[in-house]
Amino acid sequence: MMSAAAIHTAGAPGGRETPWRQPYRGTVGMACLIAAEASIFIIFVVAYIFYIGKSLSGPTPAEVLELPIFGTICLLSSSITVHFAVSALRKGNLRGCTLNLAGTVLLGLIFLGSTAQEWYHLIHDDGLTIQTNLFGTTYYSLVGLHASHVVVGLILLSLTLAFCLMGRVKQEHAEKLETLSLYWHFVDGVWVVVFLVVYVLGR
Amino acid sequence: MSTTRALDGIDETLAPQGRRERNLIYEWLSTVDHKKIGILYIVYSLIFLLIAGFEAMLMRIQLAVPDNHFVSPQTFNELFTMHGTTMVFFVGMPILFGFGNYLVPLMIGARDMAFPRLNAFSFWISAFAGLLLYFSYFGGSGLYAAGSAPSVGWFAYAPLTAKVFSPGHSTDYWTLAIFLSGIGSIGAAVNFVTTIVCMRCKGMRFGRMPLLVWLYLVTACLVFVAVSPLTAAQIMLTLDRYLGAHFFDTQAGGSAVLWMHFFWIFGHPEVYILVLPAFGFASEIIPVFSRKAIFGYPAMVGATVAIGFISLGVWAHHMFTVGLGPSANTFFVFATMVISVPTGIKIFNWLATIWGGKLIFKTPMLFSIAFLFQFLIGGLTGIMLSVAPFDWQLGNSYFVVAHFHYILVGAILSMIFAAFYYWYPKMTGRMLSETIGKWHFWLFIIGFHLTFDFMHIPGLLGMPRRIYTYEANRGWGTLNMIVSIGAAIQAISILIFAYNLVHSYFKGKAAGHDPWDAWTLEWSTPSPPPDYNFAVEPAVNSRRPLWDLKHPDDPDSDYE
Amino acid sequence: MARHWWVAPCAASFFAGEAFAEYPANIFAPAATPAHSIFDLSMLVLSVTLGIFLTVAGLLTYALIRFRQRPGDSNEEPPQIYGSDQIELSWTVIPILIVVMLFLTTARVILGTQAIPKPKNAMNVTVVGHQFWWEFRYPQYGIVTANELHVPVSTAAHPEPTYLTMTSADVVHSFWVPRLAGKTDVIPDRVNTMWFNPHKPGLYLGQCAQYCGAQHATMLIRVYAQTPAQFMAWVRQQQQPAQQSFPGDPLAAEGEQVFMHNACINCHTIAGTAATGRDGPDLTHLASRQTIASGSIPNTPANLRKWIEDPSAMRPGTLMPAMHLSQHDVDAVAAYLTELR
Repeated sequence: MMSAAAIHTAGAPGGRETPWRQPYRGTVGMACLIAAEASIFIIFVVAYIFYIGKSLSGPTPAEVLELPIFGTICLLSSSITVHFAVSALRKGNLRGCTLNLAGTVLLGLIFLGSTAQEWYHLIHDDGLTIQTNLFGTTYYSLVGLHASHVVVGLILLSLTLAFCLMGRVKQEHAEKLETLSLYWHFVDGVWVVVFLVVYVLGR
Repeated sequence: MSTTRALDGIDETLAPQGRRERNLIYEWLSTVDHKKIGILYIVYSLIFLLIAGFEAMLMRIQLAVPDNHFVSPQTFNELFTMHGTTMVFFVGMPILFGFGNYLVPLMIGARDMAFPRLNAFSFWISAFAGLLLYFSYFGGSGLYAAGSAPSVGWFAYAPLTAKVFSPGHSTDYWTLAIFLSGIGSIGAAVNFVTTIVCMRCKGMRFGRMPLLVWLYLVTACLVFVAVSPLTAAQIMLTLDRYLGAHFFDTQAGGSAVLWMHFFWIFGHPEVYILVLPAFGFASEIIPVFSRKAIFGYPAMVGATVAIGFISLGVWAHHMFTVGLGPSANTFFVFATMVISVPTGIKIFNWLATIWGGKLIFKTPMLFSIAFLFQFLIGGLTGIMLSVAPFDWQLGNSYFVVAHFHYILVGAILSMIFAAFYYWYPKMTGRMLSETIGKWHFWLFIIGFHLTFDFMHIPGLLGMPRRIYTYEANRGWGTLNMIVSIGAAIQAISILIFAYNLVHSYFKGKAAGHDPWDAWTLEWSTPSPPPDYNFAVEPAVNSRRPLWDLKHPDDPDSDYE
Repeated sequence: MARHWWVAPCAASFFAGEAFAEYPANIFAPAATPAHSIFDLSMLVLSVTLGIFLTVAGLLTYALIRFRQRPGDSNEEPPQIYGSDQIELSWTVIPILIVVMLFLTTARVILGTQAIPKPKNAMNVTVVGHQFWWEFRYPQYGIVTANELHVPVSTAAHPEPTYLTMTSADVVHSFWVPRLAGKTDVIPDRVNTMWFNPHKPGLYLGQCAQYCGAQHATMLIRVYAQTPAQFMAWVRQQQQPAQQSFPGDPLAAEGEQVFMHNACINCHTIAGTAATGRDGPDLTHLASRQTIASGSIPNTPANLRKWIEDPSAMRPGTLMPAMHLSQHDVDAVAAYLTELR
């Protein structure tokens, strides 16, 4: 008859093995989500590149697109602020964390605003809609897909900010905030690709 | 063989815990327990299996004789669209996710999946997607005109899916159903990877995980890179149909071929998403009934990972007739042929596992053996199809239909049956009846071979797939009649199986902890396992912890 | 278990034999060079896969019998073997060698079929796929016809391969005549090409091989391979403008009037008349064709009348609408079309 304890106390004979440590769930889960999202974006980017110059009618990107430098700077700097927010929380600096989160949300909102302005201009002044031609189709869907991810990220960041203001966020939540920041870095990274494809390669 | 008594001491929670009185419906609707969700997945896919099987039977009646008028052309086109979509998205994927959900945490010694609520969400969103697809029968042309399911085929080639060629809403139901099922699949895959990476019990290094867990890990990774493109393509198609975008609008410069690429970038890895878990079942069941350790564990893991990677680069072998040009065709011929090498390694390793063993032909093993033969044949017809010029003749013919059913039914469904016979005792605490099981097995095998062996031949004689009827002078009549008779026999065997599931639940022999004298961790828990799986978190020293326990004089850990 | 593997190779030798007429679309009865080279390659592939099957299935069957548990066996577990590098290496390397061999052979056939330049003496046909019929245009001869493709036989002495340039007017179709060549998809946003050279005169059947909508199943193809003399006679006859006077057949003359004053002319062309539509098949020489509705219905006066009266009744989902003509007008139009030889 076997000892009941055998299976539970086996392992680590003589302490030879290193302590049993596995990665944090949130990080791995977020990495998976990012892998899936990245595949979705890749398909949209491929479609965009495939259709560059294939529109049967105008307007063309060169005629109507302008470089969204300001929005891009804001979005990319928000990656830095969210990073500061995480490291502040890790050190227990709650005030720094709150401030940096607020900055991140603000910068994200400015980016969204600049996209909205760009779209308003394109639709209203240039008459480019998703129905106009292949450029409109691919442009609005790719930039729109990215913008929708910015919106999701902003909702999550604002929630976190609200929790911070309510004083519910503590140092031990640093890992969770880092998970969220991973998502935000991903959204920023995607923007770099979108920027290069839409405004540099496609123009 | 040692008896299950040896294990009695493992878990202090032998007797069922005094259950509180609970509302059964509420309990199942709101559960976040991986075992309950796993069973929900399985039951849900079994229901869809019956529906999609019924659709297949209607098609086989229509095709049994030439110039038949059993169903209308439109109905036939709807039937094969619904049959394919249902079988892939609402039978194959969920049933495999179901088994994975149930088994993976148990096998790695965890108490649940990493994200239980996400797990429930993934299931319910997939379930909703299936209902949405079938709601098209009522809402496809608006509620007043019932009976308008999608009829675009399961790969829905553009521009047939455009509003002008497919008016009404049935195609939109199809698109949304696939989109939502994709969300569910991605959610489930996130959960699998995270669970496997972060929740293994002490000592369960990657090199000690049961092969089934490895195969689910690779499957889940494939879901990220394969299902996501389909999700993206469905977003584009919806934009086309609702907002007037032009992604696949050939009149506005859009490309029909782009859809084909997007679809098959999903479509081919999808085959591996379905078959890898079946490999996982085989890799657990064959060793136990051969009474031997799996042969070449590292090679099996390596082959799995290799299949995962190569499967991402073979999609255009579905497009040999599109006119991609000689160099692209040659590349995809090569990639497709190369994938047969790791697949071959797997077959040989299973063979070597059997070799020198002491084979016990219980029903799970019978289905596993059928799987080996049928997968071998399906793989070899796959090699024929990978030869692009041969594919110019065979592609889109009934030969292809026979080939992929050999994989999906002959290999995957056989292995799913094996899994049922093997793990049903763990899930319910009762054995499935062996007598009924043998009837099920033999009828299924006879029906399967009548149907799918003979189905190759009309393809060789020039019969394309997806035709609702054919002329008598083509010489396909007799063969199609045989195919249809085989289908009827299969249908009977499936009904016998369903009867067995219900009958044994009430009348089956009690299973005990470990009815098969097996070696992986799930067999150390009571059947069915308690909510928390393991009273004490287990720790393992080798790939077969229960072997070590039963053979303390000669444990596996000495050899790994 | 699975002992039905004899299927493919047996089919190869059996159906390739005398049974041509019984199986008019048999891929193992090639009648043109592309189909022949595929046939040769397929024989190689079939033998290789058959060899693999016999080896593996044989080993497996042997193991199942040899290593089954017998009554009276001891309760001891069999020896546990965890793997063997040499053996595993061998069943990695041997498949790789087989794959390389198969790949090289395949590549040669791909290049030999797809990467050859268009021959100078080729007979050109433009193929346009429609829901649910085929349009065939002969640019060298100025002919347009539908569903029934006439081509010259190509012999070693007088090679005249037929070269198809293909596109689609609506959705994706696929052109497949198994005895002549493999299939090639017919896609709206691109132009594909294929060729074949029937060695013997005869009728070669095929059909659309890519699901294209309600009547995909009846989108048949009939290829008539004719001797050069017969083919040229057919060409000259097709080059004639449509018949426009019908002495002795007042009903046909009346039918022409009905045809020309209805929406028929929006979709159909009859050369030399007001009918110039291109959505439906060219009817200039309809009566010279043996079938209507893309090869799915014999071209008889009775069928024509039924068809004109209500196409959807004969072929549900077809795009031609019923014109709601009176019975007399239906008869008249049918009489007119029957005169268009």
